[in-house]
Amino acid sequence: MGNDAYLKVSGLHFAYGQRQVLSGIDLKIRRGDITGLVGPNGAGKSTLLRLITGTLQPQRGATSVDGRMIADLKPLERARLIALVPQNPTVPPGFTCFETVLLARNPHLRFLQWEGPRDLEVSRQAMEMTDTWEFAPRLLQRLSGGERQRVFIARALAQEPSILLLDEPTAHLDIAYQTAIMEMMERVRERTGVTMLVAMHDLTLAAHYCRRIAVLHQARIVAEGAPDEVLTSERVSAVYGTPVCISAHPVDGTPVVLPVRRKPPG
Amino acid sequence: MGILTWRRDAGAPGGEAAVRTVAFAYPWRRLVVGALVVVLVGLLAAGVGSVRIPPVALGKILASRLPWVNIDASWPASWDTILWNIRLPRVVLAGLVGLALAVSGATYQGLFRNPLADPYLIGVAAGAGLGATVVLVTPALHFVSGVNMLPIAAFLGALLAVTAAYGVARRGGGLPLTTLILAGVAVAAMASAVTSLLMIRSNPDVRPLLSWLLGGFGRGQWRDVLVVLPYIVLGFLLMMAYGRTLNLLQLEEEEAKQLGVNVERAKLLLIVVASLTTAAAVSVSGLIGFVGLIAPHAVRLLWGYDYRSLLPMSAVIGAGFLILADLLARTAVGSGELPVGIVTAFCGAPFFLYLLRRSRRM
Repeated sequence: MGNDAYLKVSGLHFAYGQRQVLSGIDLKIRRGDITGLVGPNGAGKSTLLRLITGTLQPQRGATSVDGRMIADLKPLERARLIALVPQNPTVPPGFTCFETVLLARNPHLRFLQWEGPRDLEVSRQAMEMTDTWEFAPRLLQRLSGGERQRVFIARALAQEPSILLLDEPTAHLDIAYQTAIMEMMERVRERTGVTMLVAMHDLTLAAHYCRRIAVLHQARIVAEGAPDEVLTSERVSAVYGTPVCISAHPVDGTPVVLPVRRKPPG
Repeated sequence: MGILTWRRDAGAPGGEAAVRTVAFAYPWRRLVVGALVVVLVGLLAAGVGSVRIPPVALGKILASRLPWVNIDASWPASWDTILWNIRLPRVVLAGLVGLALAVSGATYQGLFRNPLADPYLIGVAAGAGLGATVVLVTPALHFVSGVNMLPIAAFLGALLAVTAAYGVARRGGGLPLTTLILAGVAVAAMASAVTSLLMIRSNPDVRPLLSWLLGGFGRGQWRDVLVVLPYIVLGFLLMMAYGRTLNLLQLEEEEAKQLGVNVERAKLLLIVVASLTTAAAVSVSGLIGFVGLIAPHAVRLLWGYDYRSLLPMSAVIGAGFLILADLLARTAVGSGELPVGIVTAFCGAPFFLYLLRRSRRM
């Protein structure tokens, strides 16, 4: 483990045409950490994740994993290192859950090579870790949103990445599924030691489950650290442009972010 | 279904059986049985026609062709000629074209992630039609030093149309597939317009062209088989090799890229190969609709969506279907024959409508 940065983003600039989305992003994530990436809608969280995977090229700056530059890696090498669960993954029609998860073995296979016993076993374990093995022979399109999300996480795990990026994995899920997903990610981290960066909207949920929080605002990382250091009421109010107050979680004391009504009721 | 086989536990009473292990089992048996059935159907079809050759005699005639077999000819000499020079090349050609259209159709459907895509989607049909028309309305071009120019012109026309659509759609190292479809539609409209213009301006007898457009194997010879064989076999093998990639292309391009797929290269290769294969088929058979559409869908319904089994099984079904359709085309009406395109459309259109109804519910 140690204190060295495992995933290191330095001086990343990215613009869609004229619109500067990210300017000078610096971020260091230690091996095996789980970091929540928060920030207002449109702050560029998804863009940052896509830049880290290397499918999107930055105009300036670089990302490295364990000292290796992402830009220097071949697509297959990159895919063995980093996996992303996008916000709305495709549901390929007619594919069973197991077939969908097996797709993630692609970076580990040579041209014309077939999935072997190890590929099947890795995929099975990925599904067991996410409690989706019971869905294996069922069509993905028949599953509910929360069940699908776990299958997509299983697919990313079957890729055997060192770094797992998740783009709002708890969006549109009820509190039971939200907790289930976060607990599952905690379990996955313990079992595999994978390093995680999770884009999230729910600050309280992020603070409760993530060891570190990075705040993305106006194209920069404005704060990074332990949740109680980062999520102060001044900072959150400023970043989101709305008054909030921060309380402590009755169970473990992590920050709880509460909205504040501008006009008192009555 | 598919390629994976599941070994199930008996499971807890009342509960769903737990899936314990899973293994790959390539559907060899299904494939071999299917191929044998197609060969058998082809041979039987070769015996049917205005001159009926009984299966036993047919077997003997074929066996006598083998180098180390000596069988006394106890059949009319004309049977040998009919079987060897007329019926068999025709059956083999129908099978090859059926295979080519079905596999290209499956590939196009996978590539465009659209179940209604067929091999003629991006201008192959209209381009081939234009090429054929140019030859038909220019008597000087019918035969150049003894070579029938019609298939060659159709082949070139098809490739030209696809290349034009591809060139228009390509931008900045990427190839947006929706743009490619739209460009294909526009190129096809242009080619059809020129085709109509040529027909109106020059030759009042459009029947030869019409009959070619509707497709058929009436003029099929061994030489045609030899000409298209390399394209179709090579195209088939290349598309098969990209089976796993086609599975991955069922995801969004970005997701496929994150799984290490070189999406742009795969798209380019698959479009080129599927178009070449289709163009080769079209050049010898004319435009035969619906085979490329319904064969892959029948396979999906029966045996699942994994392209590594979908492609070879589509080949089997496509070949068998077109051999039977051609048999029907040349035997259904007393004298003369129907264009095979009419037969495939007649069988294919209802199936297509059924698929449309079905896909709306999904």
